[in-house]
Amino acid sequence: MPTRRPTILLQLLAAVLLGLPSQAWAMHISEGILPPGWALLWFLVAAPFVGWGVVQIQRRKAIDPAYIPLLGIFGAAVFVFSCFPIPVPVAGSTAHPAGTGMSAIFLGPFASVVVAFISLLLQALFLAHGGLTTLGGNTLSMGVLGSFSGYAAFKLGRLLRLNLFWCGFLAGMAADLFTYFGTAGEMALALHGTQPLLSVLGQIYLAFMPTQIPLSLLEGAVTGGMLVYVHKHRPDILRKLKVLGEVRA
Amino acid sequence: MKRWLVALSLGLVLVAHPALAADQPKWPGVDEVVVEKFAKELGREAREPYINTDQGDLLLFLFALAGATGGFVIGYCWHKLFVAGKTERESPN
Repeated sequence: MPTRRPTILLQLLAAVLLGLPSQAWAMHISEGILPPGWALLWFLVAAPFVGWGVVQIQRRKAIDPAYIPLLGIFGAAVFVFSCFPIPVPVAGSTAHPAGTGMSAIFLGPFASVVVAFISLLLQALFLAHGGLTTLGGNTLSMGVLGSFSGYAAFKLGRLLRLNLFWCGFLAGMAADLFTYFGTAGEMALALHGTQPLLSVLGQIYLAFMPTQIPLSLLEGAVTGGMLVYVHKHRPDILRKLKVLGEVRA
Repeated sequence: MKRWLVALSLGLVLVAHPALAADQPKWPGVDEVVVEKFAKELGREAREPYINTDQGDLLLFLFALAGATGGFVIGYCWHKLFVAGKTERESPN
């Protein structure tokens, strides 16, 4: 019982903190911004990643029972991260991290796309956040680009023999910055009209940067810290997930 | 020391949380200052969501519910992995 009490208190505190209501300010592309053709194209591009992610989840949960609670933790974390605004005083605006870098490391990049898709769907349905027509585009930027860039950055960190914290830091940062690059790219492709594509892309992406650079640093630190925590308390999970190898922890 | 650090972090989260800000419009989101602004300049405007929950306090209630549910799921699974799971793994039986 004495070991359970702090955990229950922690759960209650987390629920209260996360449950503090706030306005839905987000980075997702809002309803109606993408023309129908582009919206459909992004759905078609994102769909195979979501489909293969579902297959991967089925396979991994059959092999390892600890995969289900991991899916619960990182699924809920991506949902919460990607809809709760964080004020960035240097930019005077709010935005949110993606969380897909962390979920890609622990769940695998394809499963992380599924988690992002479900989070975005729930936000579009119930939280007036993002949109149903822009769900494909938002899944592509936050799910596909965020997860795969985060996973690739983590692998690069391992290749460079960085310690576990810095591998996670790179993953978190890359996921955040590439998510916004995806959002800027989708908007520029669909809306640049007669203006040069790269110029529009650059303008939109640069406009995100004052808010996103500080947030990507925060996301990197959280991802790195999470990896170090899991390594300290349940290193067997990282071994099973093949996250640990020759990495210095 | 650890307890103080945790208390300080929680305090910072509470102080920095936009829900507690007296004047929320001071902190516009990047959707407003970047996504919708550029879309408008390039000839597209955001439309109302198909299911518009942004009515009165309904959206705030749904955010509170989503946050509380997310927090509970994280806490429950966390306990399963890092408290019960750890004890189970360390037990000789």
